[in-house]
Amino acid sequence: MTAIAQKPAMVAVPRRSRASRFLRWMRSDIRAVLSIGFLLLLVLVSFAAPVIAPYPPNDQNVSLLLAPPDAQHWLGTDDLSRDVLSRLIYGAPNSLYASFLAVFVAVLLGVPAGLVIGFVGGWFDEVASRFIDALLSFPPIVLAIAVTGALGIGLTNAMLAVGFTFAPFLARLVRAQTLVVKSALYVDASRGFGASTPHIIWRHILPNAIQPVIVQVTLALAVALLAEAALSFLSLGVQPPSASWGGMLARAYNYIEIAPEQMYAPGMAILLTALAFNALGESMRVALDPTMKRR
Amino acid sequence: MLSRAGTGKTTPMSVAAGKVSDSEKQVSTSALLDVRDLSVSFRDDAGWVQMLNNVAFTVKRGETLGIVGESGCGKSLTALSVMGLLPKRGCRRTGAIVFDGRDLAALGESGMRQIRGRQIGMVFQEPMSALDPVFTVGDQIAETVRTHFPVSQREAKERAVEALASVRIAGPANCATQYPMSLSGGMRQRVMIAMALVCEPKLLIADEPTTALDVTIQAQIMELLLELGQRTGTALLFITHNLGLIAESCERMIAMYAGEVVEDGPVESILQRPLHPYTAGLLESLPGRRAPKSRLSSIPGRVPSAREMPVGCRFGPRCNYAAAACQEPQRLRAVDDRHVRCVRASDLALAGAGV
Repeated sequence: MTAIAQKPAMVAVPRRSRASRFLRWMRSDIRAVLSIGFLLLLVLVSFAAPVIAPYPPNDQNVSLLLAPPDAQHWLGTDDLSRDVLSRLIYGAPNSLYASFLAVFVAVLLGVPAGLVIGFVGGWFDEVASRFIDALLSFPPIVLAIAVTGALGIGLTNAMLAVGFTFAPFLARLVRAQTLVVKSALYVDASRGFGASTPHIIWRHILPNAIQPVIVQVTLALAVALLAEAALSFLSLGVQPPSASWGGMLARAYNYIEIAPEQMYAPGMAILLTALAFNALGESMRVALDPTMKRR
Repeated sequence: MLSRAGTGKTTPMSVAAGKVSDSEKQVSTSALLDVRDLSVSFRDDAGWVQMLNNVAFTVKRGETLGIVGESGCGKSLTALSVMGLLPKRGCRRTGAIVFDGRDLAALGESGMRQIRGRQIGMVFQEPMSALDPVFTVGDQIAETVRTHFPVSQREAKERAVEALASVRIAGPANCATQYPMSLSGGMRQRVMIAMALVCEPKLLIADEPTTALDVTIQAQIMELLLELGQRTGTALLFITHNLGLIAESCERMIAMYAGEVVEDGPVESILQRPLHPYTAGLLESLPGRRAPKSRLSSIPGRVPSAREMPVGCRFGPRCNYAAAACQEPQRLRAVDDRHVRCVRASDLALAGAGV
């Protein structure tokens, strides 16, 4: 103990509180702040839809078909004379729910599968990896159509199918990461200090393998959002009269010659949300890279 | 290859199974670690190949034993065998490893987990990669504590900080909150030592703990290891290829060559008068023992691959003193105060460290 003062090599840096470190990070990464802000706004809008929407989503005013934007209807009305802004607001929770459901399913299936396949290795890895290759050969949308055909049409079924098609991508990524991490000396060292196999997988392999997965997950949220739009566009997703951005886009598409401005609102909503997820993913990649960790 | 394995083996299974309990009591009073007839084979595409051949040695309580040898002699493999960290697949281990009266070879994986970290600590060669990059060093030490003791998170953290202080890290509380990448190699090795000693094991295996560090730090780390070993009564199994470090730090040493023990005895007498030409060659190769600017000496050739092991003395092809008798497989024989695997041990006069 007396020897502590021997070496003043490390100058004590005052530890900042979690909150102030978070603030510092926000200041250093404006892109992340914007995308998180936008996504939080979306969540808020989703929960507050009945309060902030100017009209009920299915209210019709038949005198106004495909009306252009004006003071009453800020974004105009659709082909059934419903308020576009209100439907956009009511569509937000559906679209977010769809994205998160698909990605949740993908993570739930893909990450544990990848961890086990990578950790066990050997012939099991060979067999399981070929199986994953086979799954990867399914085109996602086609599989989603098949699943909704089997389980019945609906947003939840469609997004389960999308999640199912994402899972092998994640599994393959996690497997590759696990292979790298499990051969690291600190895994052996941890075993040498008496850690059990589940402990090693949970505490050492997962945290070290997960970083690219977190990035992939944010990117997958964007892809899932687009998949929801595509499936709703094909009327396999959200069923009328419920609102969803993809469904709105699909309807507007029919009147593109008469009222092209109908496509802007849902199109922009999808575009901005997908962009926000992507930007968040990029920022996460930088922030989570352990070799770039700042104090 | 098969014929050689046949001649070399003294039915290690019988040692593991039957005779252990007899000698256990007698052993537990004197030796902390007693490795007997340890053989390890690995399987590759071409079949089984033996990497360790009847390795035997003991470590007494509180003693410092050095294992020296070139790369690929089986030093680290010996350490991993003791820790039970050999790969499960394609690996065969025979012989007995009696630690504190218990045969580790007979313990299952869960039994070994109780031993690792708690009874036997290990310091690895590469401090740069032996720490998990995503956790602070304090967390990692605390985790080791909590693996073996039912203490609260908070208490474990406190013990981690104490452990960091005991390895003379300045500002241990601050260091505990650092990630490994912000520490230098020497600091990381100190952290590793703190981690290995935090549960106060009876035996610490240090596998080339200073090889990856620069020379000034090497001395500090060695000093630290020895001092901590002495203070806590931890026995030290010190693996190195540097005879100089052994000379400074150990009481007894064994020299390993090609998966076999070739010489075993007190450091002082081995350094003064090595009996095995290989040990003499290692001594001869130490820089600084010759006139300045003269050519550094070395042992010609290199360690034979495990598949092309010579039939007779394994060191024979590289040995300046090889004779006809060296065509026969050599066994470890007692000469004076030590054991030597050389038929000519008594009639060679090999140069020791310059006295």
